[in-house]
Amino acid sequence: MDKPSKSALVIGGGIAGIQAALDLADMGIHVDMVEKKPAIGGRMAQLDKTFPTNDCSICILAPKLSECFRHPNITLYAYSEVQKVEGEAGNFTVEILKRARYVKEDACINCGICAEKCPMRVDDEFDRQLRKRRAIYMYFLQGVPAIMTIDKEKCLWFTKNACRICEKACEREAIDFEQEDQIIKLENVGSIIVATGYNLVEDIDKKVLNIYGYGKFRNVVSALEFERLECASGPQGGHIKRFSDGTTPKKIAFLQCIGSRSDRVEKYCSSICCMYTTKEAMIAYEHDNELESYVFYIDMRAGGKGFQSFLKRGEAEYNIKYIKSKIAQITIDHNENPIIVYEDLDTGEIKQLRVDLVVLATCIVPPEGIYNLAEVLGIELNDYNFVKTTPFIPVETSKEGIFTCGCVHEPMDIPRSVAEASGAAARAAEVIRGG
Amino acid sequence: MSKEKEEEEARVGVFVCHCGSNIGGLIDCHKLAEEAKDFPNVAYSEDNLYTCSETGLAAIKKAVEEYNLNRVVVASCTPRTHEPLFRECITEAGLNPYLFNFVNIRDQCTWVHMKYPKEAYDKAKDLIRMGAAKAVKLEPLDMVMVKINPAALVIGGGVAGMSAALNLSRQGFKTYLVEKEEKLGGRLNSLYKLFPYNIEASELVGNLINNVQKAQNLEIMTSSQVKNIEGFVGNYEVEVEKNGSSQILEVGAIIVAVGSSLLNPEGLLGYDGKKRITQYELEPKLKNKELKAKDIVMIQCAGSRNDERPYCSSVCCMTALKNALNIKEQNPDAHVTILFRDLYTPGTDYEEYYREAREQGILFVKYDVDKMPVIEENQVKVFNEYIGTEMIVPYDLLVLSTPLVANDDNKELAQMLKVPLEANKFFLEAHVKLRPNDFATDGVYIGGSAKWPVDITESISQGYAAASRASTVLSHETLEVEGATSSLPEYNKSLCSGCEICVKVCPFHAIVKNENDEIEIIQALCKGCGVCGATCTNQAIVIKHFTDDQIMSEILAYGGK
Repeated sequence: MDKPSKSALVIGGGIAGIQAALDLADMGIHVDMVEKKPAIGGRMAQLDKTFPTNDCSICILAPKLSECFRHPNITLYAYSEVQKVEGEAGNFTVEILKRARYVKEDACINCGICAEKCPMRVDDEFDRQLRKRRAIYMYFLQGVPAIMTIDKEKCLWFTKNACRICEKACEREAIDFEQEDQIIKLENVGSIIVATGYNLVEDIDKKVLNIYGYGKFRNVVSALEFERLECASGPQGGHIKRFSDGTTPKKIAFLQCIGSRSDRVEKYCSSICCMYTTKEAMIAYEHDNELESYVFYIDMRAGGKGFQSFLKRGEAEYNIKYIKSKIAQITIDHNENPIIVYEDLDTGEIKQLRVDLVVLATCIVPPEGIYNLAEVLGIELNDYNFVKTTPFIPVETSKEGIFTCGCVHEPMDIPRSVAEASGAAARAAEVIRGG
Repeated sequence: MSKEKEEEEARVGVFVCHCGSNIGGLIDCHKLAEEAKDFPNVAYSEDNLYTCSETGLAAIKKAVEEYNLNRVVVASCTPRTHEPLFRECITEAGLNPYLFNFVNIRDQCTWVHMKYPKEAYDKAKDLIRMGAAKAVKLEPLDMVMVKINPAALVIGGGVAGMSAALNLSRQGFKTYLVEKEEKLGGRLNSLYKLFPYNIEASELVGNLINNVQKAQNLEIMTSSQVKNIEGFVGNYEVEVEKNGSSQILEVGAIIVAVGSSLLNPEGLLGYDGKKRITQYELEPKLKNKELKAKDIVMIQCAGSRNDERPYCSSVCCMTALKNALNIKEQNPDAHVTILFRDLYTPGTDYEEYYREAREQGILFVKYDVDKMPVIEENQVKVFNEYIGTEMIVPYDLLVLSTPLVANDDNKELAQMLKVPLEANKFFLEAHVKLRPNDFATDGVYIGGSAKWPVDITESISQGYAAASRASTVLSHETLEVEGATSSLPEYNKSLCSGCEICVKVCPFHAIVKNENDEIEIIQALCKGCGVCGATCTNQAIVIKHFTDDQIMSEILAYGGK
């Protein structure tokens, strides 16, 4: 089939955006991919393992990151944002803001010497603020493109007009403080796919987690934080330790539906927590066979392929106990051990459990910047502020020629995100090929 | 790279990957890399935190250039996920991709021997020495090019299949849609309304059929069945039978969208087909507005999440809610009680639907699988642990929420396509996480409930997904396929006695006896499994990339210095 003159734009470089871009590119359609962060990879790159096979997440993702970067039909704009879209299905004009990294992309070889020398310590966003990075940094170890970025907000040169140590340290002369943001114009874009993923409720409003002691008690962490703690390349090198005293937890409580299925925060179900919680408890047990895990849940939602047997394995082989319950309160004792007060929904009794660590399965919420993106694209959001789709016309937004996939329109797991991404690519190809 | 360099004496580069802590957490990768320097023909070695990262790949390319390497060994994870990446990397460095050798020291050392770090280290060292020895013997190979016929076959005319066919035809590919029933529509034809927006199934299916019928490039074949499938990616020949006469379709890709079946409810929880029926039998009663019952009890997970069918059918909770709400709409005085284990309403709209059902006065009672509800003539006894007592719920209609099950004839189709089924006899995709709509066999794709029970929304998006995957093949005139295949080299032809054992043992039907009575290997079908080579009595067959010489060199290097 002849190479079409029209291209596709994929917004978001997580697993959904990556799959959509690769499918289109493999069809011979040119794809421009825009990612807000300095590197593609999205949430999946932050995960340690993936259910129900417990495959190492970055291990199965990394080849896809490379493929996206190398594919002759994909142009990658990382550290960039879409700021203007005009036109209609089959012929959009797009303006991309490509932020200055202050590092020459063709010169940097990601040797890391600049970061070693940089004197500034900054909270690491990728590691959920659980460790420090430098003001010049790689977004994450296996990040693609493998180029350093200077954090302008934190860099001493930009904030105090001092330092420039990185510039001296770089043998490749890749540091460029004069670099400027660029506006890139794309024309003849046939179709757009929105795949900007999600945030977690604590990213938007930590206060709603107050009643669970999050941010107040050191031994209460969120599930994504716990994921980073389990991960070999994470802040504790994969050895889980309590933040209060550095000891290894022997008893962990996993609390479900935190911020979701709730009248106070979000009404909807976050879809993936029952499964990833079981996975996190399994992995923690693999690290330490003396571990006891308690999962406090309302309904176990395990409808996908192999999910029921995954839960069974969790119970039978990984010392996980599932307690159908409602959480009333969390307090701590003098050793900062969390105490969970709950109503056992199987017996109706009010009970207490003292544990070493609490992990909160916090709710998926629409991604930061969704309102602005929706306005730029001219697409509608639904009652929950996710991108609006219709059940029987899936992957289609309210605007013709603009499609969507993954968690930006509803919480969902990786296989469904990937399937939807391919689905969105198919629909985009239909528009581009004039069908 | 120049041919000369490949033919020069082997200069092997060894790259030992820490794989984060997967390998590096247990054994000393730096020491391994250092020790590898002493192995024969190893010209360079280093260790990387992640050899597969862009940084690691750049290191390989740099070393190939600086040390003039002509063989590369990566000791890391598994070729299943990473071999294509490293092959591409060394191609970019100017080497033939088959001059790369993978050594798996993660799965085979640090994972399986995680309690024995010393032994894991020793084994990794042995494997690397063996891998380097094999690398020395590697030969450059060419990928095989196959022509692609830009046409597709979609098997199954339900919502997933119609969505797939519609998309492919609109992308410009000649598409055949084969349905064994007289009418397109599949499961949708037997449903009344659809959750979560309560539109009529007939409306949705009517629109879809209309679009499919209007589509260009799309040939609909109803009352038709697939009888035989020959060929390989890009070049399938499919025999389709209609009313006793057969037709051969030539297509480049095949999509499986055969859906699922209903569980036979006989013998299940008092089922009698009259007063005790299934959700699917309730649908027409609601459609015809003939439901008289006032006290309705529904039982979830009837026949699923048990030893025989350990899975959650994922659509039954929403189906029960939908039908319960429809009952309430037709008869606001009716009492509906749903006995459930875990209510499955994930996501936004479905959870809202559950709320609405509760607000409409539908009663939900959790039951425990160890204390199954007892069905009596006019009442159900169910133990409610929360109040610690048995509840008696009267009914004049009992509705069982039975699971979707795999089709009986999945096995036949799977055999024709040479694709696997999983334990519950649904089709098994290539990778549950990242290749949800592919099969391991190239050119064959899957969407909808044939793979696993899914709702209409997911069936449609998976139909599109399968179409997208097929399009990635169909969009090209030719495609490169694996070059490490079995072969009968010219110089070995005289050894072949024509016994045909290889023809019989080949699981991919890649070996035939041609019109000249000679053994011929169809490269595009061969997966390089090696069965033919192992059984060839005269050792005439050579498995490229796994030659006797290469394997012997590995064995001899084991335990050596």
